[in-house]
Amino acid sequence: MSGALSTRQRNGRRFINGVAIAAMLYLFAPIVMIVLFSFNNPKGKFNIVWRGFTLKNWKHPFASPELTDALLVSLKVAVISTVCATILGTMIALSLSRYKFKGSGVVNLFLVLPLTSPEIVLGSSLATLFIARGTTFGYVTVIIAHIMFQVSFVAVTLRARIRGFDWTLEQAAMDLGATPQRAFWKVTFPLILPGILAAALLSFALSIDDFIITFFNAGSLVTFPLQIFGASRVAIPPQINVLATMILMGSISLMVVGFVLGLRREKITLGTAKSSGK
Amino acid sequence: MLILAAGAIALGAGWVSGAAAIAVLVIMFTSVVSIVWTAFVGGLETRRALAPYGLLKPGIIWLSLFFLAPLWSMLEMSLSTKKSRFDFFPSFSWHWGNYATALTDFGPQFGRSFFYAATATVLTLLIGYPLAYVIAFRGGKFKSVLLGLVAVPFFTSYLIRTLAWQNLLADEGPIVGIINKLGVERVFEFLHIMDNGRLMNTPAAVIGGLTYNFLPFMILPIFVSLEKIDVRLVDAAMDLYSTATGAFRKVVLPMSLPGVFAGSLLVFIPAAGDFVNAQFLGSPQTTMIGNSIQDQFLRQLNYPVATAMSFVLMAVITVSVLVYAKFMGTEELM
Repeated sequence: MSGALSTRQRNGRRFINGVAIAAMLYLFAPIVMIVLFSFNNPKGKFNIVWRGFTLKNWKHPFASPELTDALLVSLKVAVISTVCATILGTMIALSLSRYKFKGSGVVNLFLVLPLTSPEIVLGSSLATLFIARGTTFGYVTVIIAHIMFQVSFVAVTLRARIRGFDWTLEQAAMDLGATPQRAFWKVTFPLILPGILAAALLSFALSIDDFIITFFNAGSLVTFPLQIFGASRVAIPPQINVLATMILMGSISLMVVGFVLGLRREKITLGTAKSSGK
Repeated sequence: MLILAAGAIALGAGWVSGAAAIAVLVIMFTSVVSIVWTAFVGGLETRRALAPYGLLKPGIIWLSLFFLAPLWSMLEMSLSTKKSRFDFFPSFSWHWGNYATALTDFGPQFGRSFFYAATATVLTLLIGYPLAYVIAFRGGKFKSVLLGLVAVPFFTSYLIRTLAWQNLLADEGPIVGIINKLGVERVFEFLHIMDNGRLMNTPAAVIGGLTYNFLPFMILPIFVSLEKIDVRLVDAAMDLYSTATGAFRKVVLPMSLPGVFAGSLLVFIPAAGDFVNAQFLGSPQTTMIGNSIQDQFLRQLNYPVATAMSFVLMAVITVSVLVYAKFMGTEELM
């Protein structure tokens, strides 16, 4: 790639760079709008057109109680389902990457299927099952639904993360007299923990943000996305933008913390557990 | 474990009832006991051999119960008849008419879904590939920061992001303003992007929303496959007097196809089933199959027709994925 470049090549590079920059702008345009419109002073019920700058939305971010309640419901659902799904998904990922056994191909396929089915099919089929069984819709059905798609997600992402894991480390610990349990908890687990946490964090985000599957299985339970969807037909209060901006800031700072921690960890372990691919 | 999973599906889908259900439970119970017993008696070797199954069991049972069993009850529901408008528990009767209704009454919605999703997939590829390429090959030490930036917009809620497009595309919004100032409305009208001076509620708005919302699913897999490419291969091609374009076409592009393949699936599948973009950015003339399924299921409570539509959607997607895999010659990528 080095050496002298012709003008044509240089123009080509500029063009691709230009497309990339435009793509970045495209990605961020709505985000700018969300942050900007959290300072809007809308006249009617809909926060769509710019009517002037105000700080009053930020002074009362929780002015719309339905929105705050819905956010709490979402957090509750996400915490419970993420914990369950992370445990189940980690077990599957460990089993698939640690052992060679009959039927692992079938299990692999089975895991990918929920991720490659459209959400509306997953949501409506699960709702059909609940209707046919006469289950009442609510917290339980929503949490079951979330665990269902999170298990696959955790298992698949974690398996990709620990693909290059050096299992002889565990063997070494056992040669030094550790029981298999002790070898796992003292050697393997600490090394794959970052991967588990990353998968858990992502699946937490999936749960908080899930709309379509939840919509079919929520009954009268209102999660944050459902509240926004319902509200969008009658009124869009600027508090939505304030809360969204807050969540955005929160996740960006989480990401920065994770990035810094990751850097430090990399320095310590010096690539013993190489995360392959991702 | 197979016995357990089958038992769980059977119970979940309601194949068995009453006495048979108890029998299934007994079979499940004995198989658990026998596994535990062999593990207990068999010593270390057997225990090691059984460990993967033991680890898999809970998760797989969960998926059997709440992913496979629902598909079965959906199939059953889609062949049921609704006796009256207020019959909320339709009974199974091999009623294929639901599929006929789904295809005739909602044909346009199916057509639009696949057309919009396919267009959005192509657009995400055109936008996402250059971005992934630049990050992977020219990102340098900022690679992970740039990749993080791609992910940032997706930390806000999906619905809020889509609502933000309402702000951007509104009649008094910035984009329409710029187009009017430049005086190029005609061009946009000609390209069928604008309709009577409006961007909102057009097919283009819906496709644009889909493209935006699923873009990272295209960028990330392409990035992953590009990053694996050894840059020295490109150098080698250049040393052998290949042009830059030739090196890209013959070396980089083929090696990044797995990423393109995965990305297209990750964009096309959710886009085809989506109804949020059509709801927020479209009009009654741009409804997609997701809108109809949701409307029939949750508002009309017409479960048989709604589930028949879901089934057709899933079948068409599966078939197109298989055809696409064949076309790309990449079955092993699955």
